[in-house]
Amino acid sequence: MKMVHPLEKYVRPGFLFTTSCSGCGNGIIAQSALRAIDELKMNMDDFVFVSGIGCAAWIPSPFFNADVLHTTHGRPIAFATGVKLSNPKLKVMVISGDGDLMAIGGNHFIHAARRNIDLTVVCANNGIYGMTGGQVGPTTPFGLKTTTTPYGNLEKPFDLPKLAEAAGAVYVARWTTYHARQLTKSIKKAIQKRGFSFIEVISQCPVYFGRRTEAGDAVTMMQGYKKNSVNIKKLEKLKEDELKGKVVVGEFVDREEPELCEEIAKMRQRIR
Amino acid sequence: MFKRVLTGLHFMQGDVACAEGAIVAGCRFFAGYPITPASEIAERMARRLPEVGGTYAQMEDEIGSIAAVIGASWTGTKAMTATSGPGISLMMENIGYAIATETPCVIVNVQRGAPSTGTPSLPLQGDVLQARRGSHGEYEVIALAPSSPQEMFDLSIEAFNLAERFRIPVFILADAFVGHMREEVLIPEESKIKIVERKIPASGMNLSEYKSSLDEDIAPMPIFGRGFKSHVTASTHNSYGKRNVTDPEALDYYIKCLNNKIRKHKEEIISVDSDVDGSEVVLISYGTTYRAVREVRKRLREEKINVGSFRLISIWPFPEKRIEDLARKVKTIIVLENNLGQIVPYVEAAAKGEAEVVFLPPHLLGTLHNPDAVVKKVKEVIQ
Repeated sequence: MKMVHPLEKYVRPGFLFTTSCSGCGNGIIAQSALRAIDELKMNMDDFVFVSGIGCAAWIPSPFFNADVLHTTHGRPIAFATGVKLSNPKLKVMVISGDGDLMAIGGNHFIHAARRNIDLTVVCANNGIYGMTGGQVGPTTPFGLKTTTTPYGNLEKPFDLPKLAEAAGAVYVARWTTYHARQLTKSIKKAIQKRGFSFIEVISQCPVYFGRRTEAGDAVTMMQGYKKNSVNIKKLEKLKEDELKGKVVVGEFVDREEPELCEEIAKMRQRIR
Repeated sequence: MFKRVLTGLHFMQGDVACAEGAIVAGCRFFAGYPITPASEIAERMARRLPEVGGTYAQMEDEIGSIAAVIGASWTGTKAMTATSGPGISLMMENIGYAIATETPCVIVNVQRGAPSTGTPSLPLQGDVLQARRGSHGEYEVIALAPSSPQEMFDLSIEAFNLAERFRIPVFILADAFVGHMREEVLIPEESKIKIVERKIPASGMNLSEYKSSLDEDIAPMPIFGRGFKSHVTASTHNSYGKRNVTDPEALDYYIKCLNNKIRKHKEEIISVDSDVDGSEVVLISYGTTYRAVREVRKRLREEKINVGSFRLISIWPFPEKRIEDLARKVKTIIVLENNLGQIVPYVEAAAKGEAEVVFLPPHLLGTLHNPDAVVKKVKEVIQ
């Protein structure tokens, strides 16, 4: 009997291998997104997946068998804004990397969150520019040596959920690739949420992050995620020194705010 | 109920006429960012689009504006943005994306003066070559140059028609003169206006049927939300959107497709307003420089001097063939531009030495040509 992966039906025919390095976290993120859609029993034809440039942009493109818009570096949220505003019936999901969404595209990110437009944004955060060979990024830990910080990173990284919350996102979560089930659950929630939803996924780049920073191979890095993550629900029980070096994961924000497309529809009615 | 088409005679600003033309053409999405001297287009669209069921988006910058326009176009919505030089410079990467992904859209550049911040409220035809070659790679564009508020209306419609027909971003190269000028604008009855819609594959079209439709120079656009499972990428790709970024054959095929669809259809796109019969001297102009030409010809006619006019309504693709023919018929071509000579080398190349080509900028850049100076130049040339 031929073995078929249960999510293969969501993969574009003829594209059955990924371009990611072995051990990359992209596959886990791809599966979590597809599993979320599968569990929600939604139709891929109702989705538009939008990505930018960088390794994580290749999660939906070209593999997801749906409408996929693979855009320029840093701009997927702005492209997605045009798609959603001109056809609000479409479910629009942006999947891209930390360099793409938070460095070159940071402005689009905060403004889309401020507008509270109904987009689901999944940010694969590997803490580095993987595709170009391991340069420092806006999420690289302080002090880390990269190809462009040979004497250590002198800049502090963004705390992405805090950034998203302050900018106005109505649903914010952070998980690591170790937390595949929780991530799937969060993506399901984000898809159903009316408004700007943001999920950060801390993801291993064993080649350019792991090897260079001596964080180890993919398995070691994921074991590190398991060991060093603390769920926000357990945060209060921990003392300050116990939190040192830990990554807080979980759901940070889940609130209701007026959504932009709905407000536009109401305005059109009002002025008639 | 609000009117989609404001049929009638108006005293209207050029920027406003441009917005009204877009709405008549079927534009239902505008994304932009405020900038002098183009803000009036955004303001008009912000008021008018919701009235006709469309959407106005004020983005965080011009990069986001053109990105949103391209995204909107992929849902099948006619979309436009309007800005001036600094905004166009910011948009250039994504304009290349629109070209690479064959996305119809309209980009209005109400040109202002000088590089960088420059002079926001003075006009200069300084971005003519930028429109042609501002983004990287190798590509063709379409650019139209309105010379009056009436043409801001007319060419706005034409720009959408060309964008839809050829799946390409179309520039309207206006300037601060024509953008801020108020003049008579006649908006015809809706039934008298020609509107072009893009081709979309039939729903449920299978892959082999789709392939045969791709043999056309301009493939139907598999817009989002219809189950086409489109893969849109600006990486070098084949007819199915499948990336190939390793083979020179793929690169060669891809670039030639993008360029040839315009080159092969040049004669269909090019629009010139030519009146040169029997003239030894002809004035080549485009956009607002044409306004001086009209006045100069009137004055010279009174002196029984016949001087021809050859006006480029479309600047790109460049009408080399027509200028070559023109050069064979006349002695001297005087090129009027409000810059230091951006199309002059193209005119010289097209003329192939068959006629003398003389460049005439205005006395001061950023002003209209003084008709006296043009008359003087014509007389100099004749003697």
